[in-house]
Amino acid sequence: MSNSPAIRVRGVNHWYGQRQALAEVSLEIEPGETFVFLGPNGGGKSTLFRLLSTLLPLEHGEAEVLGFNLRRQIGEIRARIGVVFQSPSIDRKLTVGENLMHQGHLYGISGGELQRRSETLLERFKLTDRVRDRVETLSGGLRRRVELAKGLLHHPRLLLLDEPSTGLDPAARNDVWDYLRQLREQDGVTVVLTTHLLEEADKADRIAILDRGKLVALDTPDALRSTVGGDAITIQTAAPELVAAGIRDRFGCTAGVMEGNVRLEMPDGHQWIARLVEAFPGQISAITLGKPTLEDVFIDRTGHRMEAVEEEEPPKKKKRRH
Amino acid sequence: MSTASPPLSTLDAGREMQSGATVVRPRPWLAAWTLCRREWVRFIRQGNRVFAALGQPIIFWILLSGLLGTSFQMGGAHLAAPNAAPIGQNAPSTGENIAAATNNIAAATPPSISYAQYFFPGTLVMIILFTAIFATISVIEDRREGFLQSVLVAPVPRWSVVTGKVLGGALIALAHAAVFLLLCFTLNVPITLLTVPAVLVLLFVIGIALTSLGLAIAWPMQSTQGFHAIMMVFLLPMWLLSGAFAPPGNNWIGWIVRINPLTYCLALLRRILYWGADPAVKDAVLAGLPSTLVCTLVTVGFVVAMFALAWRVASVRTTGDAV
Repeated sequence: MSNSPAIRVRGVNHWYGQRQALAEVSLEIEPGETFVFLGPNGGGKSTLFRLLSTLLPLEHGEAEVLGFNLRRQIGEIRARIGVVFQSPSIDRKLTVGENLMHQGHLYGISGGELQRRSETLLERFKLTDRVRDRVETLSGGLRRRVELAKGLLHHPRLLLLDEPSTGLDPAARNDVWDYLRQLREQDGVTVVLTTHLLEEADKADRIAILDRGKLVALDTPDALRSTVGGDAITIQTAAPELVAAGIRDRFGCTAGVMEGNVRLEMPDGHQWIARLVEAFPGQISAITLGKPTLEDVFIDRTGHRMEAVEEEEPPKKKKRRH
Repeated sequence: MSTASPPLSTLDAGREMQSGATVVRPRPWLAAWTLCRREWVRFIRQGNRVFAALGQPIIFWILLSGLLGTSFQMGGAHLAAPNAAPIGQNAPSTGENIAAATNNIAAATPPSISYAQYFFPGTLVMIILFTAIFATISVIEDRREGFLQSVLVAPVPRWSVVTGKVLGGALIALAHAAVFLLLCFTLNVPITLLTVPAVLVLLFVIGIALTSLGLAIAWPMQSTQGFHAIMMVFLLPMWLLSGAFAPPGNNWIGWIVRINPLTYCLALLRRILYWGADPAVKDAVLAGLPSTLVCTLVTVGFVVAMFALAWRVASVRTTGDAV
């Protein structure tokens, strides 16, 4: 029984009108895990987040959150999960303290208990001196901290976050991750978040890669990287197309051009460095060798870069459905 | 949904007992109260809303009373009892600047009541309508700004969310109407201390009905522009065709007025406002209005139906809930 997953999703599909946003997604998330849904915008991760956070009704497939059925036990789930949305859900016209108060009341917490919980969270997120400030006067990083505090007020066992780093500078991003780490280590909270940032996904225990509604990979960051054969070689050159074509012709391996650089993946990459430099004398200005990144994993699984499908943003205005 | 424990799943019960975690127990009325309170705080912090919701109806009332007063005949000489002195001529010396201006124009007919007096209850309903509209627009803002998302995933039933929003809007509307009600002392409307609470209760009920209706319209909307369109083609005509301007005639418009529930709310308001009036004046003012019983039944039915509608609309989870 104790091995029961925090989230279990089986054969979930979701459509926005004619467009399929999720296709037969099945996965399990363990309690206490930090889990990332990685993918481009429009890949389906936000739809999955909306289903799991009970914002959208589950239409096709089965899902359980903390052991409760996502179709029939929404109230039970809502009382136990914390949700941090990508677009701010705090009221900018209200103060930090007022936002926490309303959130507490919505979750049935009031009086001294609300006071105690608010103070603890404000202290934890270093917001104590801003409690009387209106949210509209706060920086993006501080607002995100208020969002986090708000989401944790009812001591959820599972925290769902949609793109928690969007719009934050690197320092604020690190702050968010420090808090998430604390949550996991001190409180044993299961943290599930969506991101399109590779470096962020790397900090997770496990990653599910979603592309065009399909789950294309699910494992630890290291295990995912190890599935990409060999090392990644990046060549800086003034004529990337020419060099890439030359490599393909001469060595018979797949070399592509990405962002003006030639990229190829080879086992024993270090042995290829000298060979490549010699093969294209004077044409290579720099050559680097690295272990495959999650981007390489994504390219390997989908055949395209993550940004390539960014235009496929799900429609913002959708018709009502039942 | 209202109870969070004991957990339904045995698995979960085991885990919760192990970790000693407490699960929050949702309190729908507390949630409704907090949303209502938030409406007030936001309202007070947006000074222009206070002005728009109160200033506009007052300007309407003064201008329309002045413009239409000359052509208006309520009851007229043939309906007014011979011994009933025209109310306009009894205007008190204090606060008569508005009343006198309109009454002087109206006196030319001579009506048994001035147009300013006839239009007064209609203006009260207009204030309720406008404030209700502004209050329900806030739900579109809540949706656009993201606040609504967190409310929608909170463990509270949707009726409590609707109650909070509607109560907040209706109370704001009532506060405005109460301020305007003070102007009745400049009009020689025979209002007594007993009628004041009754009028306030009725205005509150109308406020609940109109805020609920506004909420039902605004809830699925993504932009305030769409709501303005609905307001112009539906809500405003609903008020125009409620007998606020003039008693219904026997043409087709008259029949629209007769099937409009707001007509009955307004008729009830007129009946209550003239409780203490001289019988002759009362006869003149209330001539042709539906009976108190019919008005009460329609008003109660209207508020119940509108609240149920808002609840129903808000209970549907839609793709538009995600920002």
